[in-house]
Amino acid sequence: MDKDGDAARPWIAQASPTHPSLIDTKHVVSDLYNMVNIPTILWIDEQGMIVRPNDVAYGNNKYKEVTGLDSEVHMQALRDWVKGKRAAFAPDRARELQSLPTAEHQEARAEFALGQWLWEQGKNAAAERHFVRAGELAPHDFNIRRGSMPMRNIDPMGPEFFKMATEWREAGKPYYHPLPEK
Amino acid sequence: MPSQSLTLIDAQSAAPIDVSIDGQRLQVGAQALHTATGWAVKPEGFCKGDVCVPAGQAVSADGAVDLRAFAQRLGRPIVVDLNERAISLGAAAADRADALRTLEAPDFTLPDLSGQMHSLSQYRGKKILLATYASW
Repeated sequence: MDKDGDAARPWIAQASPTHPSLIDTKHVVSDLYNMVNIPTILWIDEQGMIVRPNDVAYGNNKYKEVTGLDSEVHMQALRDWVKGKRAAFAPDRARELQSLPTAEHQEARAEFALGQWLWEQGKNAAAERHFVRAGELAPHDFNIRRGSMPMRNIDPMGPEFFKMATEWREAGKPYYHPLPEK
Repeated sequence: MPSQSLTLIDAQSAAPIDVSIDGQRLQVGAQALHTATGWAVKPEGFCKGDVCVPAGQAVSADGAVDLRAFAQRLGRPIVVDLNERAISLGAAAADRADALRTLEAPDFTLPDLSGQMHSLSQYRGKKILLATYASW
């Protein structure tokens, strides 16, 4: 999920994964799955059913100190599920753990879509207004608030990001929403 | 009323649409609506595939469609930027929620770095880890 493929290219080149790595500049998947941050993972079974709804998991422990998330917990669960050693979530439990979008959140996504299109047209000032409005409508959506930063010439690892994340946490709201293991 | 060509952004694609603008009121022809959104105006209301939604007051006697009222009937957000001559039509929260509630993984098609398109559905039959990440 990046402003263009080139933003993601170095990471994909370095990892050279055997799985497909897809480029989502318009946040198509966020809209369909109601994702609000990265990383977000889901498990989908052989029948195409969601058996683990949106969850937070990293592929390694590079950010463990910052996030408090141990990647190995999910990696082990994933391996066990793939090998049939553990079940995923039952449908009722999976539904309980889903979060669903509100009308206001979908309006934020429509604002983001307009901002992203204007940015593509080189209309940065107009795009800015819609990105800001999108963030106001969905303050919990960091795919919008942080994900728009590279299009707004704001450093997504810089002071504005840390200010945003700090304010969020100080308001008692979690930046990540990992699911319970069961 | 003279119409202007605006850009309608709907489901991540942008297409021109002729719109008559009267203050806050945005009117489009039924054919233009169908071309831009896939929704047809029929006696039953707004129809797409098997689904019809009553049009209420969104279609006037002369057949013109009030675009804001159309969005409202479908529960879809609409964002208008007349300075930039652009309209963004989002997805309805209820449609997204209903789809997620079925637990059927919504299908999508996206390119890889070489431009080759991949659909989630082409991996049916395998267990899938869908993981999103970003450079930021």
